[in-house]
Amino acid sequence: MKVRELVSTLNLEVLTKKSDLEREIKGGYVSDLLSDVIANMGESYVWVTIQRHINILGVAKLKDVAAIVIPRNLTVGEEVIERAEEENIPILRTEKGAFEIVGLIFNALKG
Amino acid sequence: MPVDPLQYTPKITLEFKIGEKDFYMAGESASRTKRTLQQLGLNQEVIKRVAIIIYEAAMNVTIHATKGVLKILIDPNEIDVITEDEGPGIPDIDLAMQEGYSTAPYEVREMGFGAGMGLPNIKQNSDELHIETKVGVGTTVKAKVYLKEGGFTSA
Ligand SMILES: Nc1ncnc2c1ncn2[C@@H]1O[C@H](COP(=O)(O)OP(=O)(O)OP(=O)(O)O)[C@@H](O)[C@H]1O
Ligand SMILES: [Mg+2]
Repeated sequence: MKVRELVSTLNLEVLTKKSDLEREIKGGYVSDLLSDVIANMGESYVWVTIQRHINILGVAKLKDVAAIVIPRNLTVGEEVIERAEEENIPILRTEKGAFEIVGLIFNALKG
Repeated sequence: MPVDPLQYTPKITLEFKIGEKDFYMAGESASRTKRTLQQLGLNQEVIKRVAIIIYEAAMNVTIHATKGVLKILIDPNEIDVITEDEGPGIPDIDLAMQEGYSTAPYEVREMGFGAGMGLPNIKQNSDELHIETKVGVGTTVKAKVYLKEGGFTSA
């Protein structure tokens, strides 16, 4: 499934105006501990996290994520969004909590 | 374009400065090194391991030390990832190596660091790991990844 399809299926908000939504999603991972993400997340995954500091982009780039998904409509700083656009990392957002959105993403990717 | 390993002469050295609270640098230097290794035609598994080591070692300097340098030495047989820092040093290396052990301050934990998984991640992804440290002076971490068994066969 492509990022664009996930966005429309789950009605996600796209915070990064300039970013590639045609990437193919290979899987998903949820964690807020960066060392855990670095060690265990696969490449081209969607990453669900409540971390919104600029350093998540370093991790995202290293893991070549398909997209970052922010739950609970949490605020993402302007600086982070701009940097993500420069690095071509889509940041998506949902009003749902992490538990719920992870379940929905799981089903969407399996389905 | 992948480089023919036989034509490829040692040694490539990449070097990055690590400043205090420079949280973006670890990811950036790991990503750049990854690109270089891909251009050299190394296999994905090796590249992944080296990238993890770089990220964790550089992040430790950023978080726990004052400043330092990161060096990546690439030769046909192995890749060395080395960080040399000025900082507090590690009083008990065995303890620091334990999964879950962390002295990261609260502000840093809030940002998702401090799981105490960095050094174990480095250990798991390297073929050799040497840590030299002097309390109150600084720490040198040297991790080696061997290339002998097919490091050059592109996956
Ligand atoms: N370069 C360093 N200088 C001083 N102390 C260090 C250094 N690297 C690691 N340590 C010490 O070793 C501990 C364990 O390091 P490790 O990388 O495993 O975990 P962490 O950095 O605390 O958390 P994480 O890596 O999961 O974000 C650190 O909390 C710190 O006390
Ligand atoms: Mg660490």
